[in-house]
Amino acid sequence: MYQKLMWGIALGLAWWGRVQAATLEVCAQCPWQSVRQAVEAAAPGDVVRVRPGGYKEHSIQINKKLVLQGTGFPVLEGNDLEEILIITADSVRVEGFELRRAGKSQLKDQAAIRVRKARYFVIQQNRIVDAYFGIYLEHSSHGLVEGNVLLGTATHEASAGNAIHGWYGRHLEISSNYIKGHRDGVYLEFVDSSLVVNNISEYNVRYGLHYMFSNDDQYVCNVFRSNGAGVAVMFSKRIQMRENRFERNWGTTAYGLLLKEIYDADIQDNHFLYNTVGIFLEGATRISYQRNEFQYNGWAVQMTGGCLDNHFTRNNFLANTLDLVVNSRVNNNTFNGNYWSEYTGYDLNRDGTGDVPHRPVKLFSYILAQSPESIVLLRSFFIDLLNFSEKVSPALTPQDVADYSPSMSKIS
Amino acid sequence: MFKIFQYTLFDLLRSRWTLGYLGFYLALTSALAFLSGDTSKVVISLMNVVLILCPLVASMLGAMYYYNSREFIELLLAQPLRRTHIFWGQYFGVALSLSLSVLLGVGIPLAAYGIWASGEIWNFFVLLLDGVLLSFIFSGLAFWIALRHENRIKGFGLAILAWLFFAVIYDGLVLLLLMEFRDYPLEAASICLALCNPIDLSRILILLKLDISALMGYTGAVFRQFLGSHWGMALSLGALLLWLTTPALMVRRIAQRKDF
Amino acid sequence: MIAIRQLSKSFGSLEVLKGIDLIFDKPGCVTAVLGPNGSGKTTLIKALLGLVIPDGGIIEVDRQNVRGQWDYRARISYLPQAARFPENLTVRELIDFVKNIRRGQQSQEERFIRLFDLEPHLDKRLGNLSGGTRQKVNIALALMYDCPLWILDEPTNGLDPLAMVHFRELVQEARAQGKIVLITTHIMSLVEEIANEVVFLLEGKIHFQGTIQALKTQHNQQSVERAIASILSGGASFSANGHSAQVQQLALSM
Repeated sequence: MYQKLMWGIALGLAWWGRVQAATLEVCAQCPWQSVRQAVEAAAPGDVVRVRPGGYKEHSIQINKKLVLQGTGFPVLEGNDLEEILIITADSVRVEGFELRRAGKSQLKDQAAIRVRKARYFVIQQNRIVDAYFGIYLEHSSHGLVEGNVLLGTATHEASAGNAIHGWYGRHLEISSNYIKGHRDGVYLEFVDSSLVVNNISEYNVRYGLHYMFSNDDQYVCNVFRSNGAGVAVMFSKRIQMRENRFERNWGTTAYGLLLKEIYDADIQDNHFLYNTVGIFLEGATRISYQRNEFQYNGWAVQMTGGCLDNHFTRNNFLANTLDLVVNSRVNNNTFNGNYWSEYTGYDLNRDGTGDVPHRPVKLFSYILAQSPESIVLLRSFFIDLLNFSEKVSPALTPQDVADYSPSMSKIS
Repeated sequence: MFKIFQYTLFDLLRSRWTLGYLGFYLALTSALAFLSGDTSKVVISLMNVVLILCPLVASMLGAMYYYNSREFIELLLAQPLRRTHIFWGQYFGVALSLSLSVLLGVGIPLAAYGIWASGEIWNFFVLLLDGVLLSFIFSGLAFWIALRHENRIKGFGLAILAWLFFAVIYDGLVLLLLMEFRDYPLEAASICLALCNPIDLSRILILLKLDISALMGYTGAVFRQFLGSHWGMALSLGALLLWLTTPALMVRRIAQRKDF
Repeated sequence: MIAIRQLSKSFGSLEVLKGIDLIFDKPGCVTAVLGPNGSGKTTLIKALLGLVIPDGGIIEVDRQNVRGQWDYRARISYLPQAARFPENLTVRELIDFVKNIRRGQQSQEERFIRLFDLEPHLDKRLGNLSGGTRQKVNIALALMYDCPLWILDEPTNGLDPLAMVHFRELVQEARAQGKIVLITTHIMSLVEEIANEVVFLLEGKIHFQGTIQALKTQHNQQSVERAIASILSGGASFSANGHSAQVQQLALSM
């Protein structure tokens, strides 16, 4: 909100400063037939309004404060070689365009819209089809990317770019975009204090959302569906992850959420549904997991080396193939008050908490690690017998990984 | 055949065994559905019960019904009836009465609970299908065993042993095999091994939906092809159909040769 | 008519029938199939009905090989030995069931119900019936269809004197109607009374086939009973036919 207010004030001030802002109309019969010429001719603070139609144009440099406004989705069609819009000034607003045939070079990382060293920009309600990079924000801050649709056709990581790419920046807001078929849906590297909200990011080859070396960010209320992995948070600190849905991220190395070398994160009220691995942790420290729901995942949580101070409280673990896999015995991670649909204990004093601890690590996960083919025996009576006997007298599974106050009912 | 089938079915539907069996499923499913309130938990609990109990009860009832109706069979054999029809009629009657118990015993409480509107409907459908298929397969096997052995203690024992083998021992052997030869590529072998056991097959049919997330984590190409497409479902169903016809054909074969 | 050629059957290592040739083609002829226990009578009859599958040989009923056939049984009234019924059916249900199976054939169960006074037992479970009543039900079930062939295995087991009388009348009636009747029994007086011909089986072979008179004269005895006894006691000296020496040898070897 704060950020929106700032942009509002900034734009408002700009508007007020130039009471006599001119509007340049672009269309086949208009004074201007070319978007680029209109942009070049416009004075700072002017509005360039583009009427419906096709415009074969590329490398449009916007180096002054400007509103570039499409009505009825005019199509800016590039030449497959160059970028289409390059924004290098503050307070630029681009809205209502469809962008096609932007350059696709694997050498130059080309984008349909590039924002370079600019602030207070707004890019909204655009449709970007089959771009290499969709919107590339470099060294830019205090910008809003909202309500855009980015459709890619990527099938391999190497031949695709990211839909929305942030590289060095602060106070960015990426909201309500629909992203499909790129390498990463949203990629943020060295981007701090930014917000990703209400986006749908699906069918991307690598990650739905990807943080690298970024701190103090939050992503809220997004849907990550059928990506290589839903969200990857790597080498970052203080990331807030709330109320997102991670769905159907399937595959050999597919995770709903991948945490790697991160510190001090909050993961709350998220929904992990039908992922091969719900959350995969590697070197994750001081993370709090609350009120998340894990349902029908292959592995709800998989903890590998160097995870310290992970605290799971009041999460729902529902019908996952395996709720938890840990590969080290020594850790101080805790589980408290979670609901485990596998729990078979009882509650004699009726306080809503099971009287016997729940140990979510099963023998079968060790068997699987030894012989992956044994997955065909999953849920078989024989395996149940093995799991049961292991539960009665643990030999392989760590005894200290347990929920000592398992909830008797689903946490709502 | 239809008359024998009809007679057997009605005879069994009136019997205490069938009613008890039906009652058990009704009670169990109602308890699970109404008490747990967590549909995914219901699926898994019911799956364990159906996969173990259906074959066991089918084995026992199949053998028992044959031995108890020996006299009746002799009476029928002297009538102008085709031998195959007599035994198939009885076999289908037994299998169908068992299937009805499963279908109604599990289906009614779930319908009352409103499962048809929930997202679990496919899981329950496969569960019921498994129950029916296993009832047919194992009552057929038991019928065949009983036809081969005049001594009812022996026949009964063998039927239970067959159940024990498919329900428990087989998986133990498979696990042993997989662990022993884990350095070799065993994907295709493990799928084949699973196809050879009707209980494993039924289980995999449910897994294909319930645990697809975990199954998709598997690296092997054969596995991915088997699980990731409709291939797996088609192959499993095909194998189950084969399992369905085999006992029926074995019953027919022995029925045509046996002396009474 | 029934024609049996070279019929053989073994159960495991036990040879029960060793190449039997028989023809029953005279209308109105009642043939008693006799022989000691284990001589193969019941196996022969079961083979006729298709209950036992022969190892070799051919059985023809009305010139049709019965191997793998089933519809010819509609022309046979079969009375099994020691009737065993499903215990929890009532008499009426059983009759209805059989009628249901043989639908299309005219049945006359009322006559037999009256004849054997079964009316009061109709709604009783078969498991609760006495042996004699069971046998009456058995006879009623077997004979309620008007078939040209009768095969009766120990028909008089457990019958009371009155029922015996009725049974004899039934056989006489069948004879008059020109049916072909096969009976096995241990009661020789019954044989003398109702049978025209005798087939005597021993060790899976036909030891004698012919009229009752021939049996008696061959063995120089007054009654069938004595004739049979003389065969069984190894009376080869009485016999004019070469089989008996073999029989004696067989008997000794056992």
